[in-house]
Amino acid sequence: MNEPAIQIDNLQVRLADGRMLLRGVSVAVSPGEVHGLVGESGAGKSMIGKTILGTLPHGAVIQSGRIMFGGQDLMEMSFDKRRGLMGCDIALIPQDPLMSLNPVRRIRRQMIDLMRLRLGMDRSTALRRAIELLDQVSIHEPERVIDLYPHELSGGMRQRVLIAMAFAGKPRLIIADEPTTALDVTVQRTVLQVLRAMQQQHGSAVLFITHDLGLVAKLCRTMTVLHAGRVLEQGPTSEVISAPVHPYTRALLASTPRFDRPSSLLQPIPRSLADSLWLEARTWDHYVGASI
Amino acid sequence: MTTIIEAQDLRVSVPDSRRTRLFGRPHQLEIVHGIDLTIEAGEAVGLVGESGSGKTTLGRALVRLVRPSGGHLRFYGNEIANLGDFEMRTLRSKMQMIFQDPHSSLNPRLTVGTTLMRSLSVFGQTVSRQERYERTIELLDMVGLPEEVFARYPHQLSGGQRQRIGIARALALKPDFIVADEIVSGLDVSTQAQILLLLRDLRERLKLTLVFISHDLSVVRVLCDRVIVLQQGRVVENGACDEVFAAPSAPYTRALIDAIPLPDVDLHWLDEDMPHAPTLPLPTPMKAQLAKI
Repeated sequence: MNEPAIQIDNLQVRLADGRMLLRGVSVAVSPGEVHGLVGESGAGKSMIGKTILGTLPHGAVIQSGRIMFGGQDLMEMSFDKRRGLMGCDIALIPQDPLMSLNPVRRIRRQMIDLMRLRLGMDRSTALRRAIELLDQVSIHEPERVIDLYPHELSGGMRQRVLIAMAFAGKPRLIIADEPTTALDVTVQRTVLQVLRAMQQQHGSAVLFITHDLGLVAKLCRTMTVLHAGRVLEQGPTSEVISAPVHPYTRALLASTPRFDRPSSLLQPIPRSLADSLWLEARTWDHYVGASI
Repeated sequence: MTTIIEAQDLRVSVPDSRRTRLFGRPHQLEIVHGIDLTIEAGEAVGLVGESGSGKTTLGRALVRLVRPSGGHLRFYGNEIANLGDFEMRTLRSKMQMIFQDPHSSLNPRLTVGTTLMRSLSVFGQTVSRQERYERTIELLDMVGLPEEVFARYPHQLSGGQRQRIGIARALALKPDFIVADEIVSGLDVSTQAQILLLLRDLRERLKLTLVFISHDLSVVRVLCDRVIVLQQGRVVENGACDEVFAAPSAPYTRALIDAIPLPDVDLHWLDEDMPHAPTLPLPTPMKAQLAKI
């Protein structure tokens, strides 16, 4: 087994007021692997991505843990060195492409700026590379699209532009934070196809953050189920989804509506289960969190 | 069976934001191109399509939030397509809409109680404040919220709770017809399941007639008996849920169903190419058949 592209060990993140966001999360992703992080809102799945990127919300502190990337601990790296990784070796595909693209700049300017500043290309190389990337994410007529503004593109196209930008620096790790939530199912599928093709071409590892178990089942080889900042179940998707061990994973599957099953099988997550999980989390705070 | 809503060759246009005029009436862009449909009392109909298919516009037209640009719309057999605002007022309490985003459809400066009581005082027959208060508490209970919520503001509630308030507000006046527009799309799966089961339960208990707009066919399956699929403002499929999901007649419906990622592990699912939906041939306008269920 080769060295993982990213390895997170016992990561604990806490807010200034003492509330815990992550309660000892460990995740490792091998190069070229797509790893799904699943959970409900508040489970801490986006927080893992934010910790890696160094964009934790104001007041949140990393209490303990290591994030090993390419043999180095991200947390012990100098600010400049770490910053140099972002956008090149570690890239983000954000949830809302309209919020992440500058509305008053053409795609051309945004892509070229990225490549000049982050990758040190000159203007003409950057333009050629930008067009090539747009072509790779199956955008028709990239020469025309590059001169448009973000609002002139459809949601699926905007997301593909962001995928192109994320892969500009041949990243070793991609953090995809709910990249398809705003899209129609048919568009979602094409965007995922593009994402996977790019990922396979570059051999990047992907942390795929989502609340949709269906997407994980179709895209990820390994996965982690999170609740209240704790890992409840982790392993190959074929085992976790096909034969879940943890009752929460089973409850999550039972609460996902499916068109091929009668609706009587739909069950929300039982209150008692949710309560006992939160109790476990608070017990953890008491015994583990407080001792550090 | 009573027919609640009947649309004949219903057309809806909206002002075209791409071709603006400085003066005069704006250009109109037709979104819904001549739709025929009938909704019987007690039915729950799913309205499905991609963004831009006109499902929300059609839903808004059905409760007359927008005026159709052509065709007929009958409510209990009475033509309402061209009624003015004043004439519509008496009907407003009979047809309600639950909006997609409860955060922006609830007034942030009013408590939940005030929001709910206000619709009762504007339209309701309940006269005294006490009666309205009791009815509001009853409504909160109906959607599974504790009495304390009465004094809360929308921002103090979770997304699921806010959506329950949206449902309570729609139910306040005991409407005959409700349009629910993407009401579970922003929620977690477990909250989504709770809201869906709540609606299903309310539907049975209160004999609601419901049009449920969604882009998610799986969600429609939970709640609806019949599903109508829209593609670019036209009906391409109309039939009982079980039949449509088992054997869709339109290629577009097939494409929509195939694109749903079910939680069954299949890492080759993304391999096969699929015709991108908008390139699929548009069928000739089909008469929306009334499926007897």
